[in-house]
Amino acid sequence: MNALRFVVGRLVGLVVTLLIVSFLVYGALFLAPGSPIAYLTRGRTTSAEDVAAIQAQYHLDKPFLQQYWLWLEGALHGDLGRSIIYRQDVTTLLGERAVNTCYLVVAAAFVILVVGLPLGVLAGLRPGWLDRGILLGATGAMAVPAFVAAVALVSVFAVQLKWFPVFGQGQGPGARIYHLVLPAVALALSFGAYVARLTRAAVRAELTSEHVQTAESRGIPRAALIRRHVLRNASIPIVTVSGLTVGGLIAGAVVVEQAFQLNGLGSYLIAAVGQKDFPIVQAITLIFVSAFVVINTAVDLTYVRLDPRLRLGANR
Amino acid sequence: MSVPAAPVADAVATAPVTARRRSGRWVSRLGIGGWVALAVVTVVLLVAALGPLVLSTDPDEVNLSYGYVGPIPGHPLGFDGEGRDLLARLIHGARTALIGPAIVVAVSTVLGTAIALAAAWVGGVFDTVVARVTDAMFAFPGLLLALLAVSLFSPGVTVAAVALSISYTPYTARIVRSAALKERSLPYVAALGVQGFTGGRIVLRHILPNILITVVAVATLSFGYALIDLAALSFTGLGVQPPQSDWGVMVAEGVNGIIAGYPQESLFAGGLIVITVGAVNFLGDRIEATSEVPG
Repeated sequence: MNALRFVVGRLVGLVVTLLIVSFLVYGALFLAPGSPIAYLTRGRTTSAEDVAAIQAQYHLDKPFLQQYWLWLEGALHGDLGRSIIYRQDVTTLLGERAVNTCYLVVAAAFVILVVGLPLGVLAGLRPGWLDRGILLGATGAMAVPAFVAAVALVSVFAVQLKWFPVFGQGQGPGARIYHLVLPAVALALSFGAYVARLTRAAVRAELTSEHVQTAESRGIPRAALIRRHVLRNASIPIVTVSGLTVGGLIAGAVVVEQAFQLNGLGSYLIAAVGQKDFPIVQAITLIFVSAFVVINTAVDLTYVRLDPRLRLGANR
Repeated sequence: MSVPAAPVADAVATAPVTARRRSGRWVSRLGIGGWVALAVVTVVLLVAALGPLVLSTDPDEVNLSYGYVGPIPGHPLGFDGEGRDLLARLIHGARTALIGPAIVVAVSTVLGTAIALAAAWVGGVFDTVVARVTDAMFAFPGLLLALLAVSLFSPGVTVAAVALSISYTPYTARIVRSAALKERSLPYVAALGVQGFTGGRIVLRHILPNILITVVAVATLSFGYALIDLAALSFTGLGVQPPQSDWGVMVAEGVNGIIAGYPQESLFAGGLIVITVGAVNFLGDRIEATSEVPG
C-alpha cells in the first residue's frame, strides 16, 4: 500500500512539475520586450500572411490561459509549432537531432557507469593512498567544465596524437561511436567525478555503520558483506544523484555539442537563440526540462525496488 | 546549476546542536588546503581588480603580423591568432569572467537567504509553497534558463547573470531554510520569544549569525558553478561578446589555434577557469566541513 501511495505521489508530482515548467516556457514569450508578435518577427520583414500564421500558431487572439492550454495541447500531440526561420514543422526539424543528443547523453552516462562509479566504490572500500588519490583526482576533475575538457581533449587526442577526429559525427554505426568518444568523455568528466565522490562517501558511511559492524561480527564473509550490506544500502543515495546527473548531462550536452560541432538539439538550441527562432528555443527547452523531470521521476520509482521499506509498508 | 550540492544539505542535516559556538572561529579551521585555496582565490581576485590598472598593454590591440607568435620580451605569454597580447587578454578577461558570478552570488544569496529565513520563521502554508516552488525550479538547469533569457532579450552577461540569479536562488533558499529550521527548533529561540523579542529581531540578530557559515559555504560553492555556467555561455557566443576579452570567449576563440597547432590561448584561459573553480570549490567544501565540527 505504501509503495502504491509513493508511486502515485511521484506521478502526481511529475504532472504538476511539468505543468509549472511548461507554463514558464510558454509564458516567457510575454516577458520579451514589445508585443509577442513584434518579438517573434523581430528584425525580419514579414508578410501579412506570415503574421497571421504566427498569430494562429500561438493563438494570440485568445485569452492568455487559453493560449497556453492550446499550445500545451498541441505539444502533447507532437505539434511544437513551426520554425520562423525555416518555415518547417519544429517536430520535423528536431527528430534526427534529438536522436544524436540521445546518443551523446547515453554514451556519457555509460562512461560514468563504467569509470566513475567503480572508482568511487573502490575508493570507499580501500581507505589509504588509493582512496586519497581518487578523491584528489575527482575533486580536481569536478572543477573542469565540459567545454574546457572538450578543447583540451581535442588539442591532445585529436590534433597532437591524431587518435580521434576533431569534429563531426561520422557515418555508420562504428564511425559514429568512434566520433562520440571524445565528446562523451568531455561531458562525463565532471559529472563522473561527482558521482565517484558521492559513491565513495556513501560506501564509506555504510562501511562504518553499526549494522555492517554487526554483520561482520557474525562472521559473514567479506564479499557477501560488501555486496549485501554495504553496496545495497549505498545504492539509494547513489541512484538519487544519478538521476540529477542525467539532468546535468542533458544541459551539459548543449555546450559539448557546440564544442564538437555535433548536430544535436543542444547545438541547434544555441543556433536558434542566435537566430531568434523562438519556437525552436521553446520546443528544445521544453524537451530538455521534461526529459530531466521524467528521468528523475523514473529514478525515484526505482526506490520501490531498492528500498524494501516502501514495499512492505514497514515504516512504523 | 549543473551539479547539485547535496553534501551541503547533508552537512546541515547533521550539524551539531552546539551551533552557537561555531561562528567566528571557523577561519582557523580551514586547514592547509583551505588556506592555499583561499590564497589562490585572493590572488585571482586581486589580479582581476588591480591587473588592468597596472598593466599597460592594450588587450584589444590587433597586430596581425604577430598572429600565434610565442613569448617575446615584453609579451611573456605570446599572442593569439590576431596578434593580441595573451597576458593582457587573460588579465582583462579575469574581470569579465568574475564580475558575472559575483553578481549572481550576491543576488541569489541575499534573495535566497531572505526567502529561507522568512519561510522558516513564518512556517505553515508559506513555507510549504516555498518548498514546492524551489523543488520545481530544480528541474530548470541554470544554463537553460540563461539561454531562454538571452533569446528573449539579447546576448550579454547582464541578462545571463539575472537569469542565473533567479535559477540559483531556490538552491540557496533550500539549504539555508533547512539550517534555519534546525536553528529555530533550539531552546534559545523559544527563550528569546518568551522574553518578548520580536520575530524580526530574533531572526536577524540571533538565527542569521548562527547559520551564517552555511550561507557563506553555499555562496562560495555557487560562485564556482556560476563561473562555469557564465563561461560556458560566453564559450557558445551568447554571453560576453567578442572582441571583449573573457576567459570563456578566449577558450572558444582559441579553437582555431588548436587545430592549427597553437593551443595556448584556449588552454591558458581554460586552465585559469579550472584553477579558479577548483580553488573556490575546495574552499567551499572546507567552509562547509568546518560547520560540521563542533567548536
